[in-house]
Amino acid sequence: MENVTQHSEPHYDPEASKLGMWLFIFTELLLFGGLFIVYSIYRFLNPVAFQLAGEELNVVIGAINTIILLVSSMTIAMSTTALQQKNKKLTLFLLIVTVVLALVFLVNKYFEWGTKFHHGIWPGSPHLINDMSKGEILFFGLYFVMTGLHALHIIIGMIFILVALKRVQKGTVNADRPSLLENAGLYWHLVDLIWIFLFPLFYLIH
Amino acid sequence: MEKEKHHIVPYRVYFYILLALITMTFMSIGLVHINLGGYSVLGALIFSTIKSTLVLTWFMHLKFDEPFLRIMVVFVILVFAALLFITYLDYFFR
Amino acid sequence: MQTAVPILHEVSYLEYKGKYKGLFSWILSTDHKRIGLMYMYAMMTFFLIGVMLGLAMKLELIAPGRTIMGPQTYNALFTVHGVIMIFMIVIPGLPAVFGNFMLPIMIGAKDVAFPKLNLLSWYIYMTGSILVICSVLFGNGIPDTGWTFYAPYSFKTGTNLLPAIFGAFVLGFASILTGLNFIVTIHRMRCPGMTWLKMPLFAWSLYGTAWIQLLATPVVGITLVLVALERIFGIGVFDPALGGDPVLYQHLFWIYSHPAVYVMILPAMGAISEIIPTFSQKHIFGYKAIVASTIAIAFVGYFVWGHHMFTSGMSGTAQYTFSILTFIVAIPSAIKVFNWISTMHKGSINPDIPFLWAISFIFVFMIGGFSGLVLGALATNVYVHDTAFVVAHFHFIVFGGVGFAFFGAIHYWYPKMFGRMYDKAWAKIGWAFFFVGFLTLYSPMFYLGMMGMPRRYYDYLPEFHAANILSTLGSWVMAFGLLIIIINLFRSAKNGAIAPMNPWNGKTLEWTVPSPPPTENFEDIPVYGEKDGPYEY
Repeated sequence: MENVTQHSEPHYDPEASKLGMWLFIFTELLLFGGLFIVYSIYRFLNPVAFQLAGEELNVVIGAINTIILLVSSMTIAMSTTALQQKNKKLTLFLLIVTVVLALVFLVNKYFEWGTKFHHGIWPGSPHLINDMSKGEILFFGLYFVMTGLHALHIIIGMIFILVALKRVQKGTVNADRPSLLENAGLYWHLVDLIWIFLFPLFYLIH
Repeated sequence: MEKEKHHIVPYRVYFYILLALITMTFMSIGLVHINLGGYSVLGALIFSTIKSTLVLTWFMHLKFDEPFLRIMVVFVILVFAALLFITYLDYFFR
Repeated sequence: MQTAVPILHEVSYLEYKGKYKGLFSWILSTDHKRIGLMYMYAMMTFFLIGVMLGLAMKLELIAPGRTIMGPQTYNALFTVHGVIMIFMIVIPGLPAVFGNFMLPIMIGAKDVAFPKLNLLSWYIYMTGSILVICSVLFGNGIPDTGWTFYAPYSFKTGTNLLPAIFGAFVLGFASILTGLNFIVTIHRMRCPGMTWLKMPLFAWSLYGTAWIQLLATPVVGITLVLVALERIFGIGVFDPALGGDPVLYQHLFWIYSHPAVYVMILPAMGAISEIIPTFSQKHIFGYKAIVASTIAIAFVGYFVWGHHMFTSGMSGTAQYTFSILTFIVAIPSAIKVFNWISTMHKGSINPDIPFLWAISFIFVFMIGGFSGLVLGALATNVYVHDTAFVVAHFHFIVFGGVGFAFFGAIHYWYPKMFGRMYDKAWAKIGWAFFFVGFLTLYSPMFYLGMMGMPRRYYDYLPEFHAANILSTLGSWVMAFGLLIIIINLFRSAKNGAIAPMNPWNGKTLEWTVPSPPPTENFEDIPVYGEKDGPYEY
């Protein structure tokens, strides 16, 4: 949405598109913020159950995914530097690395969720509802919603990056007009930012 | 407004930030094994806050942006904190 | 001031021939003025549906017992009436119609910052609205939860709630994008020389509103998503049987829906702050105080949501806090009223139609505001909670406040928007019927609520009969007035007398461009000098 003015308006205002992107990021923060409020209240009300349920999650996969996201955040940040230095090849390479890392993140997530399903844990599953305490039901409910919504943002972010990649390739995003790439980067960092909080809150409860 | 002050961040800066972020991730994982009781959440959140500050200032370029953008970010975070605080006025004292 | 001299050969936005013809020249247009009008036509249509539903409810309440419908139908009616009126009309109302149309012109810009995004918002708005309508037309049963979708009933009811919830979510998205667009427009596109403190007050009110839209709407978005997921999968977050807390739903819902009241009322106050100085031919009294109170209302209004929940079993500490904050938010609202009155003082008042709407706005808004204090005080709240008193209060604010301001704004800016003037005699008659009908319709509800008549029932005890008859009669008078107003406006768009560029002698920038404005608004972007300002009479 940030690139829309660039075609209809004769002048190009990178500050406006950056501000627009930031404002959009604020709404995303509040969107996840709502979920963090829910999480925080229920953890406050069910501390023991949250701890028990948290131990079911695989810290190793979580840590690997954290590092993947952090690295991808670095590569996309570097890609703007590469673009500004007019190194188109390196820009494209870094963007491809970012997308591949995002894909690896999703594959990991897929296997992680798959294991949970295999153990009979999914939202509203009989095992969850009949054999677990209320706090654990809430934990897994929130786990699926929050990581699911985060994964959705990963997918949106990937599409955003791919669009930017295409534009860099065509040359319409270049050192003089880098807004779209910068905004894709901002969005991707947001995804990273949310994961920075999701990881300890779900995987590191003891 | 001209786009004259487009600050180019060197690659190595990003790399150092990444190293710091990964180190802190391992530190917060390590923190789990130390028994801090109720404070372990606090510890994890402090690490997350430092990490997100790094991401905001360097990766998201806030350091090089106009001050009003920084003010907005801080404002939004404070608004969220206030929401959380007021909601707890209910749950903590119920 | 260096103003753009109107050039006769410039084509107005209404006649402009772009790439597309006919209908497509509208629905594919990124011109903020056309988008504003498209919002207006869509909203007018939905508004008439909402009014019919309201009239049907009043008709049901003309006598105790079943009159024309049973309880289930009545539940469905107040739900759909609420969802349509709140999410589809009053929340987007003034920003989407007049904000879109006037904001760029008032700050001396050729369009909003992201015109395509603006058009996209309209499509998102229409999608959400159609989803809401779908929930009525299809599925097994019309939603019956009330517009608040309270848990746990919202995932227990067998009615077709999902499209309504999803529709409200989508509408929220449109609202966010409009807010985003306005903030960027105000930050980046003010004309040279227009500092923040030379900006028209309507633009200021839109700025405050946009921030609320941006920061509050996502919270209700995620809450509605959670309710939908609760319905589909049973994730348990709001289901007490699975450990969830329904009161938390109320918290999250009102974290948005209370600020949403300020999304509605702030632009209304902004429009009034434009009308009053123009019709008093006087500089607005206390410009800075109005700006500060706008920001204060937007900010404090964000933290008062709990006063909707005083009887929900919330902790005492939270109740006191919310009650105090609610009283604090009344202060900036009162400041605005003082400023409006002081602006009129010793002004040369032109009691034309927009001015009549503006002063009747102040009147009903004050009644609504004072009754809000009754509800904000803990002790009296418990007494009148969920009674007709609440219904009267929020209709005085939301319909009396926003509705009167909307009609005031439309009569104020109509000559600019269409280049023609409506029939003033009919407009006055319409206003008189509407005003009298409005008071007759909602005032008895204060009494009924005090006497203990609960809201949201299709039936009532016989002792409430007389006041209810009066209220129903009022609804007919008001509807008659509304009919006159709308017919008058519609007819005049084609047949009205040609309006001059500045019929009211206003000083804001929209009166310096031809009526109707050309597509690009300004031939040359205006420049504000040292001595220029929006209210320099």
